[in-house]
Amino acid sequence: MKATKINIWQSRFIIPALKDSFKKLNPVVMARNPVMFVVELVTVITTLIVVSDIFTGKNILFNLQISLWLWFTIIFANFSEALAEGQGRAQADSLKKNRSESMAKRLLSGGGSEVISALKLRKEDIILLEDGNTIPGDGEVIEGTALIDESAITGESAPVIRESGGDRSGVTGGTRVLSGKIKVRITANPGESFLDQMINMVEGAKRRKTPNEKALNILLIALTIVFVVVVTTFKYFADYAGVSVSLSVLIALLVCLMPTTIGGLLPAIGIAGMDRLLRYNFIAMSGRAVEASGDVDIVLMDKTGTITLGNRMATEFIPVDNESENELISAAILSSLADDTPEGRSIVVLAKEKLGIHGSDIRAPEGAVFCPFSAETRMSGIDCSDRKIRKGSLEAIREFVAAKGSPISDEIQKIVNDISKEGSTPLLVAQNEKILGAIRLKDVLKEGISGRIAKLRQMGIKSVMITGDNPLTAATIAAEAGVDDFVAEAKPSTKLDLIRSYQSKGHLVAMIGDGTNDAPALAQADVAVAMNAGTQAAREAANIVDLDSNPTKLLDIVEIGKQILITRGALTTFSVANDVAKYFAIVPAIFIAQYPQLKALDIMHLTSPGSAVLSAVIFNALIIPLLIPLALRGVRYKPSGVSALLRRNLLIYGLGGLILPFIGIKLIDAIIALFKMA
Amino acid sequence: MTSSDWLCVILLPFTTTALAFPLGEFMAKVFNGSKTFLSPVIAPLERVLYRLFGVDEKEEMSWQTYALCLIIFNIIGIIIVFILQIIQGKLPLNPQKLGSVWWDTALNTAVSFGTNTNWQSYSGEQTMSHLTQMLGLTVQNFFSAAIGITVIIALIRGFVRKSSGSIGNFWVDLTRSILYVLIPLVMIWSLLLVSQGVVQTFSGSVTAQTLEGSRQTIAVGPVASQEAIKEIGTNGGGFFNANSAHPFENPTPLTDFLEILGLLLVPMALPFTLGAMLKNRRQGAAIFAAMLILYLAGLGVFAWSEMQGNPLLQKVGVINGLNMEGKEVRSGIINSVLFAQSTTATSCGAVNSMHDSMMPLSGLVLMFNMAIGEVIFGGVGTGLIGMLSYAMLTMFLAGLMIGRTPELMGKKLELFEMVMSVIIILSPAILLLLLSGIAVTTRAGLASLGNSGPHGLSEIIYAFASTSGNNGSAFAGLNANTVFYNLTTSGAMLVGRFSTIIPALAIAGSLANKKIVPASIATFPTTGLLFILMLIGVILVVGALTFFPVFTLGPLLEHLLMMTGKMF
Repeated sequence: MKATKINIWQSRFIIPALKDSFKKLNPVVMARNPVMFVVELVTVITTLIVVSDIFTGKNILFNLQISLWLWFTIIFANFSEALAEGQGRAQADSLKKNRSESMAKRLLSGGGSEVISALKLRKEDIILLEDGNTIPGDGEVIEGTALIDESAITGESAPVIRESGGDRSGVTGGTRVLSGKIKVRITANPGESFLDQMINMVEGAKRRKTPNEKALNILLIALTIVFVVVVTTFKYFADYAGVSVSLSVLIALLVCLMPTTIGGLLPAIGIAGMDRLLRYNFIAMSGRAVEASGDVDIVLMDKTGTITLGNRMATEFIPVDNESENELISAAILSSLADDTPEGRSIVVLAKEKLGIHGSDIRAPEGAVFCPFSAETRMSGIDCSDRKIRKGSLEAIREFVAAKGSPISDEIQKIVNDISKEGSTPLLVAQNEKILGAIRLKDVLKEGISGRIAKLRQMGIKSVMITGDNPLTAATIAAEAGVDDFVAEAKPSTKLDLIRSYQSKGHLVAMIGDGTNDAPALAQADVAVAMNAGTQAAREAANIVDLDSNPTKLLDIVEIGKQILITRGALTTFSVANDVAKYFAIVPAIFIAQYPQLKALDIMHLTSPGSAVLSAVIFNALIIPLLIPLALRGVRYKPSGVSALLRRNLLIYGLGGLILPFIGIKLIDAIIALFKMA
Repeated sequence: MTSSDWLCVILLPFTTTALAFPLGEFMAKVFNGSKTFLSPVIAPLERVLYRLFGVDEKEEMSWQTYALCLIIFNIIGIIIVFILQIIQGKLPLNPQKLGSVWWDTALNTAVSFGTNTNWQSYSGEQTMSHLTQMLGLTVQNFFSAAIGITVIIALIRGFVRKSSGSIGNFWVDLTRSILYVLIPLVMIWSLLLVSQGVVQTFSGSVTAQTLEGSRQTIAVGPVASQEAIKEIGTNGGGFFNANSAHPFENPTPLTDFLEILGLLLVPMALPFTLGAMLKNRRQGAAIFAAMLILYLAGLGVFAWSEMQGNPLLQKVGVINGLNMEGKEVRSGIINSVLFAQSTTATSCGAVNSMHDSMMPLSGLVLMFNMAIGEVIFGGVGTGLIGMLSYAMLTMFLAGLMIGRTPELMGKKLELFEMVMSVIIILSPAILLLLLSGIAVTTRAGLASLGNSGPHGLSEIIYAFASTSGNNGSAFAGLNANTVFYNLTTSGAMLVGRFSTIIPALAIAGSLANKKIVPASIATFPTTGLLFILMLIGVILVVGALTFFPVFTLGPLLEHLLMMTGKMF
């Protein structure tokens, strides 16, 4: 849960990133980014112009500066991508550190075993792990139970239990067995594990563009084509007007107009989004899922484990028939001493609290015999010399006292009904034939869950709780947690049917699951988050794995997904809005000698035509590194009304993008004038 | 401005809106196949036509089939008009014994009328026989307008339908557009125009004795019927070369008003059809509002520019320097402005004044109206297509900025939709720049210029803006009846038309196939003021970025030079 943030602004990241920026100048690599590829193409032309200038000796200073700044533009763009990659690699390395050196004991099919390097493990290999072993790869426990320290991956210090057969059978490479002996079937070849997949997604060259990125790219390519046409025809219109425009000025105009800001930063935005997921201990199987998470409008949550702590806790003792509360409490304690279930323990805890006892100074009387909970009796209790104490459900206790000839009084019936009606579970405590009172067992909400659900609602996401409980209990928890809807008495197939029916109405559904039962529903959901502790089936069906196994973290995924999209949109708007100022800088500069009347368009009052063009090019180059921190961090997303959000982003990136370059270009022009560079 | 000027300016938007809303609702019913008040009369005729042509009314088409039927139908129409012109000398209804039309002019005219552009490089009364005018041009006036309607209806269905493989039946939509929408409106308009003195006769010309005693031949013909569809279908091709400045086409202030009303009516009604078919009338109203704001803003700049007058005219003693060149004195400045703004905002292209003679900044407004792709009401059908493409672009950005993958009216906008809408928005603009660029660098392109300097550039840009936007109005001054211009403008018209229609059908097909995402509080409302303003912003920015250099060198420079006393 704890976000471990890597500070990217250190020389150990910056220097390799700078080296990478030059390596990425390779046209084959550049071709992945059409906008910057065109920039590189025309920049090469400006370089050729400079070379020819060396022989003619004309304009060399101006053309050289243009050419250099255009190269900077490309390198800055490459730098942003390289930096994001570096950050991702560092993030992944910190997760990966423990896994590569470890050795594993592989069981041979003919019996016996051999010790091999973890890197040689293959899918379907079965390995034996004992106390202190590091788990060499992702896998599934097929035999045994073990206590596992997952802190290397999750940062959570409390160890967790992993056992075969249940919903807690998944183990991750890099974690450590604290105690226990387990057989694990390896489920991924080296290089194919979840983490390795994720690392691929932060490596620019291997990264596949997400659907939305592709669509945005089309827009950027279209803008590039338009501007190529605009600038090419511009030359002929200028010729018609009797003004000859030099090729390097035309190229400067073209690059300034092209969406280089967003085009240059686009890969970095996507990679940085993946970095952020990693930082939150998520492993995404596809970028598509991350994008879709921004669109999710319904989330299905299991009650148990997601909304509630998973165990019912005693919250109240209710004595009946004028019995004293103390007597009820002591009986309850005695009956629960041997009860190792979470419910039983919670009764002892509550009782001690009520009686003001600390420590473990409660002992059973001499010679007492414990009766543990059994499926037949459905009661637990204690047999002392003088009395028999039992606690259990209404039905079980009714049988117990009926055998001794006493019926259930109306008062007791009423208390039991009331507790049930409020969504809690009643337990009755009986001593011999007499019922002392009831204990209220209640589902306790996870801390902060209502707040998170309310936040989901603010984002426009409807939460639906799924539980096997009866409608009454479900309704109570639902109301308490503030979920928008619930499904009670759910069967394993309910989730899948529910997701399908929501999807057919056009909703995008997110689901969090861990059990094998959940796998079909996870595969159907648009955003499927599997708990890392969950079964292999669940993890394979999901498209995001949460290493912390913390279901409430869905909110973080949604936020990261939205942030990626917002950052893309904001920088596109910014990039396009910038063009207006560049036109006002360059176009009058070109014509002012021939048509002094066009001075009216020179609203920035730039020093000279040369300085105007150069200032625009420099601004266009510098804005990229200035925006790298924003691209890597992402535009802030605060759940609020969509209109307010859009208004805010339009003001900052639209209006800001319109105004800022006027100021920036004017400033750069002043500096150029100061140093007489043009 | 006089009080009658004010009356017109205020009355026009109100009257057109008041008529457009019920018409929009009516069209929604027609294309949903519901019963309307015209059904008892027209439905039997409709059924007869279907039986005659073997059309199954219930059959649904995929977008590809729909597009194929449309293209074949449109191309055949263009070929027929071409042949008619070539052989008109041998055909009846040719009282003036006009010979066959030159091939390049004939091709240009066929394309022009087939694409709802009605760019006329020829002089109507001296080139086309009555038969060509009626059987060729007027028929295409109906068909090209009807095709525009079918495409927008198909696109609207793309938004309305969910998980559907079809977008309607082209033949049914075509038949209904003509029978229920165009013919009734044209009948009303023709009668109103005839009542005001618009000519309608089969005779070729009348000879009159002038006061000076000389004889004058005055061309007449079946004008009123062509006049009505010219406006209703936003065609714009006049019977006479002078178009609606000609007293036989536009004799009175009332016909002037009616003609502006007519050319605005269907394009204005279609956003309401969208709202009605979506069952989200606020959505239709929002799109309409964006169009109306752009229309009124342009009108404001335009009127201001004309009322400023020309400082040079002021010097020679013209009151306020008001420029009346190219305008009918009987219309005056404001009526000319209203007509010109309406005819370029919609892709009609009919004119009641010569746009060439407007003030430079007025010319800028007119060119902008056309160059952004004819979306301010725009052509019948195609205008709303363009506007919806801009809306998709807007929502692509807006969607991103609120952190959702983009959607419009419940439909997700993905790669395919973006490619298609970008083609719709940008291909006319790219074409306009490329062809203008070729024109200014070739002798053939420059030879036709009537004026030099920035005004000459404006003439060329206007010609290609008008043809690539399928508007058809001319800036005049440019001799467009040359092989060079006949061919380049033909190309502009064809690309302008089909790069709108085919991608629009493709979008319709793709959208119809998608689910409808239910609106939630995380959905950006596309019915509010913020959406309207952002849509307008996107249109203005796209237009400005594409045309800043060329408009600077054309109208803007001309304006600045005029202020210093230089004219072209």
